[in-house]
Amino acid sequence: MQIRVKVNGIDYIHEVEPRLLLVHYLRDVLHLTGTHVGCDTSICGACTVQVNSKPTKSCTMFAVQADGCEILTVEGLAPNGELHVLQEGFKEMHGLQCGFCTPGILMTMTDYLKHNPEPSEEDIRHALKGHLCRCTGYQNIVKSVQYAAAKIANKEEVPA
Amino acid sequence: MSTTNGMIGKSVKRVEDKRFITGKGRYTDDIVLPLQTHASFVRSPYAHANISGIDLEVAKTMPGVIAIYTGADVAAINGVPCGWQVNFKNGDTMKEPKHPLLADGKVRHVGDPIVVVIAETAALAKDAAQMVMVDYEELPVVINAAEAVKTGAPLVHEDVPNNICYDWALGNPIAEVDQAMEEAAHITTLEFVNQRLVANPIEPRSYNAFYDEANEKYTLYTSTQSPHLIRLLLSTFVLGIPEHKLRIVGPDVGGGFGSKGDHYAEEAVLTWASKNINRPVKWTAERSESFISDVHGRDHVTKAEMGFDAEGKILALRVKTYANLGAYLGTFGPAVPTYLYGTLMQGLYTTPKINVDVTGVFTNTTTVDAYRGAGRPEATYLLERLMDLAALEMGKDPAALRMKNFVPPFDGVNQPGYQTQVALLYDSGNYQGVLEKGLKMLGYEDFRRKQLESAQNGTLLGVGFSTYIEACGLAPSALAGALGARAGLYEMGQVRVQPTGKVSVYTGSHAHGQGHETTFAQIVASKLGIPIADIEIVHGDSDSMAFGMGTYGSRSLAVGGTAIVKSIEKIIEKGKKIAAHRLEANADDLEFDQGKFTVKGTDKSISFGDVALTAYVPHIYPADLEPGLDFTSFYDPANFTYPFGCHIAVVEVEKDTGKVALQRFIAVDDVGNIINPMIVEGQIHGGVAQGIGQALFEGAEYDSNGQLTNATYMDYCMPRADDFPMFETANQITPCPHNPLGVKGAGEAGTIGSTPAVVNAVINALWSGGHQVKDIRMPLTSERVWRAMQAPVNE
Ligand code: FES
Ligand code: FES
Repeated sequence: MQIRVKVNGIDYIHEVEPRLLLVHYLRDVLHLTGTHVGCDTSICGACTVQVNSKPTKSCTMFAVQADGCEILTVEGLAPNGELHVLQEGFKEMHGLQCGFCTPGILMTMTDYLKHNPEPSEEDIRHALKGHLCRCTGYQNIVKSVQYAAAKIANKEEVPA
Repeated sequence: MSTTNGMIGKSVKRVEDKRFITGKGRYTDDIVLPLQTHASFVRSPYAHANISGIDLEVAKTMPGVIAIYTGADVAAINGVPCGWQVNFKNGDTMKEPKHPLLADGKVRHVGDPIVVVIAETAALAKDAAQMVMVDYEELPVVINAAEAVKTGAPLVHEDVPNNICYDWALGNPIAEVDQAMEEAAHITTLEFVNQRLVANPIEPRSYNAFYDEANEKYTLYTSTQSPHLIRLLLSTFVLGIPEHKLRIVGPDVGGGFGSKGDHYAEEAVLTWASKNINRPVKWTAERSESFISDVHGRDHVTKAEMGFDAEGKILALRVKTYANLGAYLGTFGPAVPTYLYGTLMQGLYTTPKINVDVTGVFTNTTTVDAYRGAGRPEATYLLERLMDLAALEMGKDPAALRMKNFVPPFDGVNQPGYQTQVALLYDSGNYQGVLEKGLKMLGYEDFRRKQLESAQNGTLLGVGFSTYIEACGLAPSALAGALGARAGLYEMGQVRVQPTGKVSVYTGSHAHGQGHETTFAQIVASKLGIPIADIEIVHGDSDSMAFGMGTYGSRSLAVGGTAIVKSIEKIIEKGKKIAAHRLEANADDLEFDQGKFTVKGTDKSISFGDVALTAYVPHIYPADLEPGLDFTSFYDPANFTYPFGCHIAVVEVEKDTGKVALQRFIAVDDVGNIINPMIVEGQIHGGVAQGIGQALFEGAEYDSNGQLTNATYMDYCMPRADDFPMFETANQITPCPHNPLGVKGAGEAGTIGSTPAVVNAVINALWSGGHQVKDIRMPLTSERVWRAMQAPVNE
């Protein structure tokens, strides 16, 4: 089947098998390998991207379902090389170790911060529920999000 | 040696982060090679069965199939080797049945690989694999280690009587321990299970192998913790190919926690097959496949007894453990419940008589090997549960009971190390210090007051302690060899100064989240007085490094870091000779500081960069000196390192449901000197989360047929962000006396200390409500805690 998608601002037309998952389309066809696969039950969140601005587990969606959609992956978060304030937060607050879970969390939480600019610690922990991280114990991920929220509150625009 | 530019002890932000936060990390599954093919494994759905037939006819005709191999095709190849030998008490060597690459007519656990299908895409390989027909004749199954040794139990390997791999003991003669127990005023006894865990790094295992026909050389990209170890085992012990004709690359690795330290059958099968089909072949585990094929951790059944005198002084410790090794031996499998467990039974205490007896047992389950902490969490769990329980039983304060029994402080320099009853010589310690600090952070007296009040209002509050020690910095080779290791355990560090003074460091350590690219660069920057931006840390490629033993057992900084320091010392020594020649001075009169060689007491100096250039453009140069500035060192540690600490958990148990709420978690860790506090704290957080995971959430559950009933993330409860409060962490610093950095290692501390603190806290909460429960089986789900509370209350 033919699909048309816009990924990180670039238009693509591809012929794909109906059973191809969106995550495999992104990884194997577009070679956008920043989106990861960590499970086969839609639990870990490593595959999260934004489909029409909504955080979506791309392992739980067929590529053909994304026909006509705009998709943002981690590779599109810092288009001009300038880090998104949450990416900066992860670096400043040591929010990642092996980095495997990180892209998915970035895609969920950049969206979350848009709608929840002043989250409490509890809010952030709750918002992270759809993601597994085995390395960090989550504490510094929470702090990374707090860092970004604080910066945004200081009136810096949230890009993307 | 000289110099620091403030780089050591500083929370430098990680240099590796940029590629990960922008999606540019390069993990094995991200690598696509020209003419790439893909593999899928057919695995046993039964825990124990004879294979009476394999029908490949349909599978062979499926679209895109390139090759299919079975056990018969690889029968002539050696099995997966074991890296550690443990002997029976009577001196006999352990039983070491062959671990075939693909099943040899029999499967021994659910997930045992039988057939590999290679096809043009991963989906086509999987399609064809589903059409492979295997006929099984089911055999009786044995799951539990304590059951497996009984007469008449099914045999996992026909030639291993009673499924016993070894029976092993350490410590004082059992008669002496029995005697000491007789004299005890009180004996605390605990019979418990340390449950099986799945390491679950979020990146599944992944391999990509290819064969270069022209150069007769294999390459394997692998999500491993130890590239050179894999090269040695795979080339020499499995495939029988020359070591230099195999290149192993461990690119970015998405967490390991021990489970990626093993050499796996799939690595060997793919490497072998890549030559047959003359195309690269890749395999990446699906999560449900990881659950049944990655090595598991823990799984002990134990009876432990601790004898005390009337004042609470420990007189003796007696331990009997059945350790489940799974169906086959893992790379470190036999060592984990012996040399990494029995040797830790001294804990922080002056216990004069100790005997630990371990039976290693085969069962129809996935192989058990190292999982973060590996043996040391099991030992700590045992000791620290006994200590808190003994305090409850004797009506003593658990902190005071520990203080009474601690080994007094010693720095390993002015006071000698502490010789334990179980083979180790502790390097340095101040155990009172960490407990005092932890009590202060907790506000102990206030807490006890609050606990009493709460109990009167019917709220069950509890506090649990754990004061732990671990043996890290694996390991002095001679000692490890005497204990059965089949390899050395040193590390290699090469420092190559480029002509422009930029520095490339090649380390045999391997990072999979630990931040070596930053920490190691800090060491080099500090010692050479150059900016971090001028340094690159290279790891993970067997063709780039001279050698390497990899990363596990909290060894990278203490052993790998020291190897780098040794090479830097050689660089500076040679640099002095070059500088002396340029400055027309005597090398002995030179000092090196802040990136400059200076003639002492003068302002005559030459920069490090100038010296580097001179070494490569040796126009004005000492006659007897080789050009170049590049040194390789191997460092074999003089001893293990012994980090220690105190973890304290505060919980509230809901009366009506048994639900445990973790209110506070305090970790005071002494990991020796600290190069990057931010990274160390991150390691502690991650470790603590995994340790709490064992206490409250995680556990691999086999049913009686040998099915792993919770082999997905839906069923195996991984801790999530909202399961934890903010951890309160602090450090005490007691330097390691026997390595130049004074570091001890921080990778496993969190996991080792935390589990018993949480369980102790829950038990303490129940006692505060009159429920005198000795043990609840982990994980402490609300159901288990609630059931424990249904026992009659003692007012
Ligand atoms: S890979 Fe999509 S949720 Fe795990
Ligand atoms: S950083 Fe490794 S899984 Fe999150």
